[in-house]
Amino acid sequence: MEELKYPFNSDNLIRRKKQLKKLLLKKTDLTPLKIAILGGATTNDIMKMMELFLLDQGIRPEFYESEYNRFYEDAMFPNPELEAFKPDIIFICTFNKNIRRYPDISDTPEIVEEKLENEYLRFENMWKRISSVYKCPVIQNNFEYPYYRLLGNKDASDPRGRVNFISRLNMRFNSYADSTDNFYINDINYISASYGLKEWSDPFYWHMYKYALAVPAIPDFSFNVSNIIKSLMGKNKKVLMLDMDNTLWGGVIGDDGPDNIETGQETPIGQTYSEFQTYIRALGQLGVLLTLNSKNDEETALAGLKRDDSVLKPEDFIYKKINWLPKSENLINTAKELNLLPESFVFVDDNPAEREIVRSNVPGTAVPEIGDRPENYIGIIDKSGFFEATNLSKDDMTRNEMYKANAKRLESLNTFTDYGEYLRSLEMKGEIQEFIPAYMSRISQLTNKSNQFNLTTRRYTQSEIEKVAATGEYITLYGRLTDKFGDNGVVSVVIGHVTGDECHIDLWIMSCRVLKRDMEFAMMDELVKKCAERKIKTIIGYYYPTAKNAMVKEFYALQGFEKISEDEGGNTVWHFDINENYVNKNRYIDICNGV
Amino acid sequence: MTREEVFERLTEVFRNVFDDDSIELLETTTSKDIEDWDSFEHINLIVAVEKEFSIKIPMGKVTTMKDVGEMADIILQESVSS
Repeated sequence: MEELKYPFNSDNLIRRKKQLKKLLLKKTDLTPLKIAILGGATTNDIMKMMELFLLDQGIRPEFYESEYNRFYEDAMFPNPELEAFKPDIIFICTFNKNIRRYPDISDTPEIVEEKLENEYLRFENMWKRISSVYKCPVIQNNFEYPYYRLLGNKDASDPRGRVNFISRLNMRFNSYADSTDNFYINDINYISASYGLKEWSDPFYWHMYKYALAVPAIPDFSFNVSNIIKSLMGKNKKVLMLDMDNTLWGGVIGDDGPDNIETGQETPIGQTYSEFQTYIRALGQLGVLLTLNSKNDEETALAGLKRDDSVLKPEDFIYKKINWLPKSENLINTAKELNLLPESFVFVDDNPAEREIVRSNVPGTAVPEIGDRPENYIGIIDKSGFFEATNLSKDDMTRNEMYKANAKRLESLNTFTDYGEYLRSLEMKGEIQEFIPAYMSRISQLTNKSNQFNLTTRRYTQSEIEKVAATGEYITLYGRLTDKFGDNGVVSVVIGHVTGDECHIDLWIMSCRVLKRDMEFAMMDELVKKCAERKIKTIIGYYYPTAKNAMVKEFYALQGFEKISEDEGGNTVWHFDINENYVNKNRYIDICNGV
Repeated sequence: MTREEVFERLTEVFRNVFDDDSIELLETTTSKDIEDWDSFEHINLIVAVEKEFSIKIPMGKVTTMKDVGEMADIILQESVSS
């Protein structure tokens, strides 16, 4: 819904909250999510505003809200209500108002240290208890700066100053977050600064309503935390698709020629575009896939990126659609080539007419209103939170390389007439084993990201994955695939729970970038082997249709299962008997485990 | 700004905040007359009114406001003084 896209109109959101919620609830295919908000101040509107942003992201939240300022008690003591709620995420929504003992001006350095330690430990104890009792991801606000400075500028440098105290407390929070899985900082220190600390901390709202931030700032606050949540739910965007003329450089290359477009360090406008290109290149390094979509003659347009002073080079882009086709068509084609859904795309174009064409023809694609001033491009894309990085896995860093390798595979495919020959030429090596600690984060990420090749569309947090791996009732498998063009990383996951001599498949997913490579068969072979080792006689598979997973409707039939039931919703149950005569189905991947 | 104009714009704000186009405001309308007007929605209502009229209602007046008539009085006073 456009009203909820950055840059949103906060006043409008506060005023029309009810109406917007009603409209958003009409959306289908929403993922349910239970969020417990443990607050140190009034949180009612924070919760309601989070609900709007999450619904817009395709998540239907159900909330537990602690009583006013009961965050500590709720977290630290047995709490049957919260335990029964079974939160998927716990959000500790505290503010600098919740710091109990600030330094006094008469404090010795030792006393200041002790106070810092005490404040910190109070929080750390909560995080540790939550992690052992609720085993779910925790989101913790850090602290905003105080709205007055007793020591003036010295408040920042003197350990007795509140600015100093809060900065150091925040650093301690950061260290914990940096070294702890499933723990995330909601950086309100940054968001309050970005909003304007003076307006953010208007004491009116505290004294009137016990809100620790100004009510008009709540949309910014809630948007920021909802970006963390949607990222944890695998709803980040994956592809940045860019126009070229007046988006990557100033001017029209077909008219002005490559030497006369504005980029590089010569002019203020050129510098602005160079800075934007630097930002885009950095996104590419984070694993955002970069593509082009421009109405131009290809050779002419690429000359703009071949300039010595161009930060971005043609090879930074995986797919380049530089032609005269409608941009919506180019986007849909790129999505097909990448085996991704158009909703994974962010389309950036300075031309409002092109934005409108994509927005109306490819629903679900994010089309930010970047305006026509290049100095604003970075700010708008950045604050939109499309690529909010909650868990940076090694795979993220090398994703562009992997997709480039895929493009090379496609090229090489064209030189073979026999598909089997092509697969053989890839010299594929697979590693298929039970879950191991190194991959827990990637496995959880994959369960949240996979929509198309996903039989049951069950989502798992990292702690749930760890739980499944630790209990004997489950059979777990991850599959990693390497070939002569590169490492695809972990691309497939299967989870089954064992009851008696049956194994019920709770989850079977695969990344679409390795479709038709025999990986799904290799996984089946390994599953059958693992089941046989445990004297399991039957594998039961389930397929639950969604708007996106039609491609695996007949997956179990392909694997040799027999359909045993189907309900009116299209949910099917499949049956596979294991016997000694099972013949491995994978023909092209060399499985080498125990690496 | 006339009192009538204030009421006209206030009605629009109330209809948006409570998502109810049937709301008609009287001088004597109070929170008892509008089903969803609880203490949480009151906060949103005040913020929406402040934004609509580009004013900031002082703390003392937020707490003593008895009905929509008084709200209109405050809006008129604050619009003049700002």
